[in-house]
Amino acid sequence: MSILIDKTTKVICQGFTGGQATQHCIQCLDYGTQLVGGVTPGKGGQTHLELPVFDSVKEAVETTGATASLIFVPARFCKASILEAAESGIALIVCITEGIPTIDMLEVKARCDNLGVRLIGPNCPGIITPGESKMGIMPGDIHLPGKVGIISRSGTLTYEAVKQTSDLGFGQTSCVGIGGDPIPGTSFIDVLDLFEKDNSTEAIVMVGEIGGTAEESAAEFIQSNVSKPVVSYIAGVTAPPGKRMGHAGAIIAGGKGTAEDKFKALEAAGVHTVKSPADIGKGIAEITGW
Amino acid sequence: MNLHEYQAKQLFREYKISVSEGLAASSSDEAERVAKSLNVDKWVVKAQVHAGGRGKAGGVEIVESIEGVRSFAEKWLGKNLVTFQTDEKGQLVSQILIETCTSIDKELYLGAVIDRASQRLVVMASTEGGVNIEEVAEETPEKIFKAEIDPVEGPNELQANELARNLGLNEVQCLQFREIFNGLIKLFLEKDLSLVEVNPLVITESGDLICLDAKINVDSNALYRQEEVEELRDPSQEDSREAKAAEWDLSYVALDGNIGCMVNGAGLAMGTMDIIKLHGGEPANFLDVGGTADSKRVAEAFKIILSDDNVNTVLINIFGGIVRCDVIADGIVEALTVMGVSVPVIVRLEGNSAEKGLNILDECELNIIPASNLEEAASLAVKASKGEI
Repeated sequence: MSILIDKTTKVICQGFTGGQATQHCIQCLDYGTQLVGGVTPGKGGQTHLELPVFDSVKEAVETTGATASLIFVPARFCKASILEAAESGIALIVCITEGIPTIDMLEVKARCDNLGVRLIGPNCPGIITPGESKMGIMPGDIHLPGKVGIISRSGTLTYEAVKQTSDLGFGQTSCVGIGGDPIPGTSFIDVLDLFEKDNSTEAIVMVGEIGGTAEESAAEFIQSNVSKPVVSYIAGVTAPPGKRMGHAGAIIAGGKGTAEDKFKALEAAGVHTVKSPADIGKGIAEITGW
Repeated sequence: MNLHEYQAKQLFREYKISVSEGLAASSSDEAERVAKSLNVDKWVVKAQVHAGGRGKAGGVEIVESIEGVRSFAEKWLGKNLVTFQTDEKGQLVSQILIETCTSIDKELYLGAVIDRASQRLVVMASTEGGVNIEEVAEETPEKIFKAEIDPVEGPNELQANELARNLGLNEVQCLQFREIFNGLIKLFLEKDLSLVEVNPLVITESGDLICLDAKINVDSNALYRQEEVEELRDPSQEDSREAKAAEWDLSYVALDGNIGCMVNGAGLAMGTMDIIKLHGGEPANFLDVGGTADSKRVAEAFKIILSDDNVNTVLINIFGGIVRCDVIADGIVEALTVMGVSVPVIVRLEGNSAEKGLNILDECELNIIPASNLEEAASLAVKASKGEI
């Protein structure tokens, strides 16, 4: 079992023929993802990576039966691309692109919610179900099919959590990078809920960072809704207030969103926290006794 | 990106949001001319920097003579203003704003921000204007009234009316408030702002609403479609190393320590700073080389890190996902060779093409110390920074 995607998920790629998209689609195909085609307006009818290219998502969905879309289009076109996918029958959208204006995301998020479409990202590494399918840019070979569910706001920190749980032999059910933007399509709570309901997930790693109150809300949710052991690391204890740390969302504003606050909220909810990003795997071992 | 008050007020005027009459000046002669043209006998003069707390620092004054305007301009133009929000050097004042003086009956607060929790644009208003609004929010949150704007439907009239009622405004002021409220939202959405703050919004002695201060932050991600706004950028208010880094798509923030960090990914970059601290060291910076780093950008990153004289050790931590470690390794070798870097460089490479990368580092004869994981990398870096290896 897994969450969101498995080996049967039919995926298309928007922005399919671009450089980044091509490189990552090759890796997704190598990993076993059922990539069935792609969309690049104006290139419909062509073939790319031995797969059909369509002018629109609607055509791609009608022809291939795809239910998921991986988006690599430039930031300025993302709003239109995400909405096109959402309105064309795609149920799961993963948007890798970073740098989308926040105002665009306000509307995109509201419309996706209204349509009941799941959006992961933007500005994220994507999602992977080890051994089955990956929709994203993560290096596949550090993953191991297993029993830990991983959620993270950061790309490379996700890889860190993955590597540590693989090295210890625990493996992962699915890994979800929700992205570092202020308005993510999917929140920690959404994914925690999915992992809680997924029978094969036995423990959860949640990697957060400074800024906003998503971790605090997640802590509240965990307290009353998550029975599985959760290990959490929050990046940015050393970050100074008022300075944006790379991610659009990673800023301590008005004294809110510090790592200390988040650690405190999570600990109060019974979450096992680790203060070093190198101790995530160890944390899982300690809390589960594996 | 931040705007100056005078720039923000100019945008307010374009959106029919009422502000005091006034203009900015960059010389004392110009300041005098502006003061005369306003045709009043009392002025508010305000030093223009990207920081709050100007009043307490002497950067805002009420003056009652042209000579007073002139001497304020002479005192501040070309100087740095230090407030509780700036560092100890302060921010350069290259413009002062000269405005007509307003007689105040009551000070209110008005702000708009993207609220991450509700995922809405939220307009906030309070009767507690003119003070530290964060304290009000902390101690008496019931005194802050909010309106969540629907991202699909937009604002509705009832929301403005309700805020106005909560502020205790009379009928005329209510109409004025509606205009300000609608103008503010329109401005926010059309110019891709991330924050607008009016503190204070005042009721004048004659009973009118007017914005006495204006603070605007613009969403940097949207600058590609906000050319007019981007022209308002004032590089003198930004950290020069951060600005230099941004030119290369590097995200850099200077800190006080001695271990220079180069990491891919913002989260891992923060995590690397945290683990250095846990090992008893002090990070000199946050630096995210991004997902598409090549050897040129690695070299530029090195230059920026080493332009900080406190740096005596460099820690490079790369978990290759998009980034290929062999490309990073080439960049490191090239940069070290060209620049003649003398400080110890600890390198941890993992993920995409890590083995190839490590081979490249192995084969070069430079002062590079490889680390096999994050824990070891941090421990080595801290030891090196203390001269223990």
